[in-house]
Amino acid sequence: MGKKLACIFCPSNILGGELARSAKRGASPPSFPRPRPSRGLQPAPACAMRRAMTAHAFTLSDAALSALPSGALHWPDRRLLCVSDLHLGKSERLARRGGALLPPYETRETLSRLDAVIEATQPETVICLGDSFDDLTAAQSLPEPERLWLARLMAGRDWIWIEGNHDAGPVDVGGTHRAEVTLGPLTFRHIAAPAATGEISGHYHPKFSLRGQSRRCFLLDRNRLILPAFGAYTGGLRHDDAALAGLMGKGAIAILTGPRAIPCPLPDRP
Amino acid sequence: MTAPLPAPLAKWIAAKGWALHPHQQAMLDRADDHATLLIAPTGGGKTLAGFLPTLCELGENPPSGLHTIYISPLKALAADIRRNLRTPVEGAGLNIRIEDRTGDTTYTQRRRQRADPPHILLTTPESLALLLSYEDAPKIFASLQRVIIDEIHALAESKRGDQLMLLVARLQSLAPGLRRVGLSATVEDPPALAKFLAPKGCNILAADPGPDPDIAMLDIDSDPPWSGGGGRYAIPAILREVARHRTTLIFHNTRAQAELFFHDLWLQNTDDLPIGIHHGSLAREQRERVEAAMVAGALRAVVCTGSLDLGIDWGDVDLVIQVGAPKNVKRLVQRIGRANHRYNAPSKARLVPANRFEVVECHAALDAVRDHTLDGEPRGAGPRDVLCQHILLTAAAGPFDAAALYEEVVNAGPYAALTRAQFDACLDFAATGGYALKAYDRWQKLLFRGDKWQLRDPRAAAPIRQNLGTIIDTETLKVRLRNRMGGLPLGEVEEDFAATLTQGDTFLIGGQVVRFEGLKELTVEVSRSPGRDPKVAVFNGTRFATSTLLTRRILDIFQQESWPDLPAHTAGWLSLQRQVSRLPQPDRLLVESFPHDGREHLVIYGFAGRNAQATLGLLVTKRMEEQGLAPLGFTCTDYATLIWGLEAVHNPAPLFDPASLREGLETWLHGNAVMKRTFRNSAIIAGLIERNNQGRRKTGRQATFSSDILYDTLRKYDPDHLLLQITREEAERGLVDFGRIEDMLARVAGRIDALRLTRVTPLAAPLFLEPGRIPVQGAGRERLMQDAALRLMQEAGLA
Repeated sequence: MGKKLACIFCPSNILGGELARSAKRGASPPSFPRPRPSRGLQPAPACAMRRAMTAHAFTLSDAALSALPSGALHWPDRRLLCVSDLHLGKSERLARRGGALLPPYETRETLSRLDAVIEATQPETVICLGDSFDDLTAAQSLPEPERLWLARLMAGRDWIWIEGNHDAGPVDVGGTHRAEVTLGPLTFRHIAAPAATGEISGHYHPKFSLRGQSRRCFLLDRNRLILPAFGAYTGGLRHDDAALAGLMGKGAIAILTGPRAIPCPLPDRP
Repeated sequence: MTAPLPAPLAKWIAAKGWALHPHQQAMLDRADDHATLLIAPTGGGKTLAGFLPTLCELGENPPSGLHTIYISPLKALAADIRRNLRTPVEGAGLNIRIEDRTGDTTYTQRRRQRADPPHILLTTPESLALLLSYEDAPKIFASLQRVIIDEIHALAESKRGDQLMLLVARLQSLAPGLRRVGLSATVEDPPALAKFLAPKGCNILAADPGPDPDIAMLDIDSDPPWSGGGGRYAIPAILREVARHRTTLIFHNTRAQAELFFHDLWLQNTDDLPIGIHHGSLAREQRERVEAAMVAGALRAVVCTGSLDLGIDWGDVDLVIQVGAPKNVKRLVQRIGRANHRYNAPSKARLVPANRFEVVECHAALDAVRDHTLDGEPRGAGPRDVLCQHILLTAAAGPFDAAALYEEVVNAGPYAALTRAQFDACLDFAATGGYALKAYDRWQKLLFRGDKWQLRDPRAAAPIRQNLGTIIDTETLKVRLRNRMGGLPLGEVEEDFAATLTQGDTFLIGGQVVRFEGLKELTVEVSRSPGRDPKVAVFNGTRFATSTLLTRRILDIFQQESWPDLPAHTAGWLSLQRQVSRLPQPDRLLVESFPHDGREHLVIYGFAGRNAQATLGLLVTKRMEEQGLAPLGFTCTDYATLIWGLEAVHNPAPLFDPASLREGLETWLHGNAVMKRTFRNSAIIAGLIERNNQGRRKTGRQATFSSDILYDTLRKYDPDHLLLQITREEAERGLVDFGRIEDMLARVAGRIDALRLTRVTPLAAPLFLEPGRIPVQGAGRERLMQDAALRLMQEAGLA
């Protein structure tokens, strides 16, 4: 499912040539220097009260949902949290393939964002909507501290990995593995199916510009919701990109992430 | 003493009735010295002076092998020198092979040159870098005797020069007897340039600078406008001058202005004088056509930009017109030197201020030229991002010994003071990424194997070669009017800017207000939007800031009782300013505040140059934000920053507390877009990220995450990383230019004149017409963004 699709998020330009694929794994995981308090990166909301003010509530197929400013989706009635396109292990994968040696901190940055939003929402179920790992090897070679961190987040929750085009196939970190999952009126899958209704998907990393600022965003219409990418090292696709053409119906809106979730109508296509 | 001129060459020169200039003879006399810097005016036979020792050493029947490498900043110059040099060489029947090698040289020719190099190779820093990255570099350069660096004064102002000096040091290792020659126009500090060329000792030869130039303001019938840079009001006067002279060069400060001016010039050119245009955005064929027409004497004038600051000597130019204030006296003097129709005859130049403020600036520049004072900010140590690239280049050529490479690097002028620890940090960055978290042990780029450093994967050499060079082009998109005719091209905007536009946004380009309609392929489509205020304006990152010397002279002019030398319109304007407010003073900081058009405004006359004024705008608006003054945006010129917002500033002094401004730079300014751009450029040069190239962009794979994310991540998790250290160093100069804010604050020493006024002042008025407005991303704008979204939702019936 989706494996054959060309991935528009394998950016060839920033990442350099794909060279060596052959090398062995097995070195011991490095220790963690403590991160400094964040300035440039967006913090997740601190408490439920604040979240209620900064999130955007809406319904899809009669399910009452909430788009959080961090880019995660909350379904309070089911105590469910959904995030998409974490791309954990991205810098490791690039280095392994002979590309750039990018700052190797994006996995912990993504996990700390995820930690914050889980802490704030206390979900019983977490759905990761695909492309959770940059590839299967990245999932297997997650450094020990990060593997433990992830295990702590997963503990005591129903954790569902939806397969994506980057990480198709089961991942060796526990949880349930599904191609897609249906809960009540909603279906969760990685790539939107044009004819579907009540569908929650990811994959496209949408973003939207308003008054000169470009933000990651949700895209919402009567039939579907597309989530922004949650991972730290992920690019974005403009809402009006050809790849998104035809997916969103009339009256669709973007919900911008940032200090608070801002709903905004999508301009009609010319 | 060196060999005498080869007999056939001496005979050829005598037959032409020429004699060597004294500095040409002096170059011959010092041919055996390790390094010589020759400073000579244009038209003084400088290039021949550089090549004479080579011709002598090669003689009539030279052995094969590369003898001299000549490096120029311009491809066109390399090709032109080849033609000029062949005249005496072929005229004298010398058996010397001369070839050029640039980005334009064919693949077959380049391959042949590596196998069988000519005696004299003419090239650019980037092509030399590529040659030195090949495994066979030691073979190619083993016989090298001399390196000639032309226009070294221009190269020394940028990272291209830093890279080139590293390459020359590499050449010196491959050919230990190598002698270095630098050819330069007039500079303010020759010993510093000599150190740059050769830190272990260098001769300085100065040719006779010739008579003083004939330079003045151009007589123009009408008054200059209040703002803008086109100089189009002066077209009738300029056309008269063109008709009176043989060949005129009309310099502009920007390409857009040159284009607009040229367009209007043609409309008024009723005598059909043949006039061409030349600038860096034009296609190569078009530029070559203009150059050829110029050489053939077919043109009476060329409208041009800095693209003609250097390069080909056109003997016929007898007038230079500078439109717009020269931002820098040294560059003005070098431009004037382009009117060099006869060596030892005065060059003639006329200045055309584009607006009233520039009238004052032009007068200040004229005085500086007459006083023989040149400006120049000393350049700091060689930037380490360039060194990181050089280490990768060295690895691409083959395994290297770290200690030997360090010894070689400190033999390059800009890196003479580099410590071994600094070098090792750059090597670690190139090898492992240099992170506090050692994550890439298995995937290192360079490995220490045997006793040498080498590429882990030899295939990594190809991307390293593709990424060589220190020129970072801004990604630009073409702007076209959307219409039935296919669209009139208006110009180019930066890609970053285009990405922020949404349909309906209006912006200023080429002097007109247009409405953004959409992106089509790689073109920005717009429609005309007459009579509306632009919401946003094109912000062009790199513009030269007016030099400290010039701004100081302008402040001095302001202190005069009256201005008999200035035209009446400008003198009247300054008097009015003195009457309703004050004129800025060198040792005080004037700050005006007044309401206008429903917004509160604050004007800071810091006279610190455009880049520093922009940084000041960022720092001050941030402090205003903290104080709840709701700033919305700012714009700046070389002299002032204009800030607008929702609240009036009644007590500005606390905004300029030096300690907190410095604290601001250290902390949150680092989250700013200018810093991110600085980081991106260094990350590309150092090899962390690859430069975008056009071909890839066209595939539509634009979904890359930006380098901003890498910057934020490093700041959070690895704040002492090498690239962040480099970014901080760059912030002291260049786009951030914090050094000049420090200078200004020291000069002012807390003497701030805060004036509360009822309306726009004469000196502030032109600032309202400045393009390049920068929004402040604060609470005010977040609120406006939410309001805008809500309004759109309501209009769409969704809320």
